[in-house]
Amino acid sequence: MEANITINKLKARFAESIVDAHSYRGDDTAIVKKEELLDIFIFLRDDKELLYNFMMDLTVVDYLGKEPRFEVVYHLYSLAYNRRVRIKTRVSESECSVDSIVSIWPSANWFEREAFDLYGIVFKGHPNLSRILLYDSFQGHPLRKDYPIKKRQPQIGPNNN
Amino acid sequence: MSDSAKDLHSEYMVINMGPSHPVTHGTVKFLLTLEGETIIDMKVDIGFLHRGFEKMCENGTWEQVMPYTDRLNYVSPLINNVGYALAVEKLVGIDVPERCKYIRVIASELSRISDHYTNIAAGAMEVGGFTAFLYFVEARELVWDLIEMLCGARVTSNYVRIGGVKSDLPDGFKDKTRDVFKKCRKLWADVNKLLTKNRIFIDRVRNVGIMPPDEAIAWGFTGPCLRACGIPYDVRKFHPYLVYDQMDFEVPVGEKGDNFDRYLVRMEEINQSMRIVEQALEKIPSGPINVNMPEYRWQSKEDISTRIESLIFHFKTVTEGIKPPPGEIYSAVEGANGELGFYLVSDGSGKPYKCRVRPPCFPLTAAMPKMVKGGFIADIVPTFDMINMIGGECDR
Amino acid sequence: MIDTLKRKGGCSSCGGVDDDSRLLGGSVILTKLEAINNWGRKYSFFQYPFVTACCGMEFMSVCGPKYDLDRFGAALPRFSPRQADLLMVVGTISHKQAPILVKVYNQMAEPKWVFAFGVCAVSGGFYDNYATVQGIDTLIPVDIYVPGCPPRPEMVIDGLIKLQQKVMESRWSDYPKGASPVSNDK
Ligand code: SF4
Repeated sequence: MEANITINKLKARFAESIVDAHSYRGDDTAIVKKEELLDIFIFLRDDKELLYNFMMDLTVVDYLGKEPRFEVVYHLYSLAYNRRVRIKTRVSESECSVDSIVSIWPSANWFEREAFDLYGIVFKGHPNLSRILLYDSFQGHPLRKDYPIKKRQPQIGPNNN
Repeated sequence: MSDSAKDLHSEYMVINMGPSHPVTHGTVKFLLTLEGETIIDMKVDIGFLHRGFEKMCENGTWEQVMPYTDRLNYVSPLINNVGYALAVEKLVGIDVPERCKYIRVIASELSRISDHYTNIAAGAMEVGGFTAFLYFVEARELVWDLIEMLCGARVTSNYVRIGGVKSDLPDGFKDKTRDVFKKCRKLWADVNKLLTKNRIFIDRVRNVGIMPPDEAIAWGFTGPCLRACGIPYDVRKFHPYLVYDQMDFEVPVGEKGDNFDRYLVRMEEINQSMRIVEQALEKIPSGPINVNMPEYRWQSKEDISTRIESLIFHFKTVTEGIKPPPGEIYSAVEGANGELGFYLVSDGSGKPYKCRVRPPCFPLTAAMPKMVKGGFIADIVPTFDMINMIGGECDR
Repeated sequence: MIDTLKRKGGCSSCGGVDDDSRLLGGSVILTKLEAINNWGRKYSFFQYPFVTACCGMEFMSVCGPKYDLDRFGAALPRFSPRQADLLMVVGTISHKQAPILVKVYNQMAEPKWVFAFGVCAVSGGFYDNYATVQGIDTLIPVDIYVPGCPPRPEMVIDGLIKLQQKVMESRWSDYPKGASPVSNDK
């Protein structure tokens, strides 16, 4: 089926690494093992029938209480074929790290920093993994589900929690 | 370099530009390493307007997210509204009535017009074209009058609802639009004369902040900045949503990808958006503006006060929030700055489990060092203006 | 001008403006130094726009052609705090931004006033979470609060006129206000 060409090609090429794949409301999704993430992305970007040249979005979802706890979500877009795909990989809380894809798409640089800042996922091989939206003295990662919404850490002024 | 210059003691100078600096719009800090006037290195520090958008969304109901989306890209709030509503509708599987689609198109395009006005006005002012600023602020004021007529607010509109819109087009909207566009076209022509062939303006923006197309793609550019590189990627054409496939409009593209092209693309998009609004007002069919699915969209006030089922649904959706089925979707619309994507995860409860926005100006701002390195400090001004970084959207 | 001085304190308590100026054929004005000083100040605010967020859009409109803050003598933005006496805090202040706001306030020359523009500056608005300051008055003294999200230009102008009245009633002893209570660079 044309719509699922990406998933089919991925399955054919990386049979063991694809944990799951589905297509919900027309969004093709593949859940992959994080060990082969880089190879998969290079394949997606360079294969002649895929050419996913845009790394549109990168984010993390925190499924607190499940194991593995985090899911890193990538949204790719192929201009040549006008196609989108979502790649997800699961990361456990104890490990909390995944390979950086800055070498494949430079646009991932800030997105990864943001994910690190707000969720605490470490991207191995990132050139400058530091906080981006919050300040360095901030403790913890606010978008984790167990961070209380009103826990303030002011740099100056009263702490009216 | 002459010999004497070599012997002189010299070292790079590091200066801080922002966060409270007229050019940086109060929300970004540049750390510049300079050799004389030339930029050797640049670090961009953002996050001064981080307001915890996602955390707020996760703690409210699906409908309560709508006002927060207004304040993402606060220069074109209606597009954010539409984008979010479309995303939730995709998650639920709602197809809104035809008239509602047209109204949303009109609202989005009005918003896009005002966004481009603001961008060009601010850009012109910061390179010294104060008259253009005054003209375009006046034009924006006119468009805002229309928006106010439509939804009662000037900036933060909160007009679109999941499964519909707040209210129908007001009486006399079409005539008023005709008047406003007439005045706006006049102001547009004036600004065009003031800037497009203005030597000073051209010298400041042409060949500055160039981004080659392949790199622009790798850095995740979308919207006018990508189109300025000659790539006609526009979500409205590539993944038509609402009724954009029935509208006749063109997507302007540039050649070089410099600031002048970005400016020209925006100027032309204003015209194209006006065309879309006019066509939509011509073609708009009559009919309902909300879906008839009481578990997702409130019935009319009259029904709520006369029919018990409507009242029950109203009570349930207001107190518990609507409940989309569990799942995840990504849905994109063409924001004024580029692809505005929403990635939503529902766990079946009344609150979003995750509400992520793909901010179009985030990758643009990330590429700032790439665009200005090797240039002069003064080049930062037009480049930063033309990528149109909006704090609310970039920092969320 | 004589009218203003008469209305706003001046020497009207002793009838000075009224009688003596009539006596001298209107060519001389008698007033208090404090009053004329305040009168001058209230029509020549040099504002420092500390614009951070959505309210900035309305701020542009207020300064733009239709609403034109220039009519009230507060048009000229100075982008150096040392040249400004009216700090316009326009938009949300996050905890990352807070130290900068305090620094800017401390750098301003006396006498100085602070204008909280929009609910975010007034109280944090509807952002009540880990990232935002709950009102700038937790950091610096505020002279006038203009709520609204964002406030309409008419409200801003109204706020400015109220501030002018406040300035007219101020005394020498009100200044200097000094550094912000939360800063450590006193
Ligand atoms: S008061 Fe409202 S419009 Fe103003 S900055 Fe805050 S959220 Fe934005």
